[in-house]
Amino acid sequence: MSATTAKVRKIFTSAIGTDNPVFAQILGICSTLAVTNVFKNTLVMTLGVVFTTTLSNFTVSLLRKHIPARVRMMAETLIIATYVIIVDLFLKAYLPDISKQLGPYVGLIITNCIIMGRAEAFALSNGPGLSLVDGLASGIGYSYVLLIIAFFRELMGSGTIWGFKIFEALNIPWTNWSIMVMAPGAFFMLAVFIWIVKGVILKEQEAS
Amino acid sequence: MDTGFAAVAIFFAAIFTNNILLTNYLGMCSFLSVSREIKTSLGLGAAVIFVMASTSFLNYIVYHFVLIPLGLEALRFIVFIIVIAAFVQLVEMVIERVSETLYAALGIFLPLITVNCAILGVSLFMVIREYGMLQSFMYGLGSGIGWFLAIMAMAGIRQRLKKAQVPKGLEGAGITLVITGMMALAFMGFSGMISV
Repeated sequence: MSATTAKVRKIFTSAIGTDNPVFAQILGICSTLAVTNVFKNTLVMTLGVVFTTTLSNFTVSLLRKHIPARVRMMAETLIIATYVIIVDLFLKAYLPDISKQLGPYVGLIITNCIIMGRAEAFALSNGPGLSLVDGLASGIGYSYVLLIIAFFRELMGSGTIWGFKIFEALNIPWTNWSIMVMAPGAFFMLAVFIWIVKGVILKEQEAS
Repeated sequence: MDTGFAAVAIFFAAIFTNNILLTNYLGMCSFLSVSREIKTSLGLGAAVIFVMASTSFLNYIVYHFVLIPLGLEALRFIVFIIVIAAFVQLVEMVIERVSETLYAALGIFLPLITVNCAILGVSLFMVIREYGMLQSFMYGLGSGIGWFLAIMAMAGIRQRLKKAQVPKGLEGAGITLVITGMMALAFMGFSGMISV
């Protein structure tokens, strides 16, 4: 039992820290950049990704002995696409505004390399229980990076958090950096984020 | 005549003002990993142009003549990805038979393309923006050329960058993202030229 807990802990620490899908493996960058201009949309998007990675990892692991190696990729894609359709229909029914703003990026969860990568690298060679945990961990590792980036982009770009005009409420004069909500701001923001995190990791490595 | 003109406008907009990579962030994964060498960028870029133009057209036909009559629009994600994967597989087999030199130049990039999100993205944008048949094809072609342009420019810059001193934490992905950001800024200069 303790061996399993140790494994679970290792999965979580690697997904959130050293092997984080976004800043260490540079996967799933498309949606990292595209949806992070509004915090609320980002939260919905990350929940969709967590749902998809967790369940697709679980399903691939369950079926891993029955999928022929030749059509492995195709089968994985179909499993992922099934869950993405569930997310898409759910958003269309309950959150139609956000679904419209996210546009094609919900569908593009299918080609998010993180999900496919986890299915290939982990679910094919591990049991369903651990795969479920692994999918959840990488989903969370992806989500928190996006949420941090979205927080700063919305704050600097529109002066709001969750639509609440924070600078106005605090009486701080603030001119919106409109570049932050546009494409170049996204690239710069992610680059700075990677720079800071890598700097910290490099320092730790030097110290040890 | 009107739709023809609109198609031309869409074509140029897809290359410059609405570049699929620089304004819609699609195809970043392969962009970041392949842009190290000019030669490989050329091969992947050419393959992307071809596959993007063809699959946007194919997916238009499948969507409007199969999915809509059957009322299965919700299944478009699965169907589009199958069409793309099948098409790429087919092209790979044809190229392998027809020309060995072409296969050596393009063949290795084709499997990479199935998971390139820009290809699926173009088909999804085409549905959301309600393009017609000619417009879809021109949009796919233009987006492909726009992606090609971006990756070639980046490969050229990265070639020079090898000699530059980059802060340690920024090496690799970091500096590439900064440059992409600058390219996106430069391409914003085109905005206002065409509006779709």
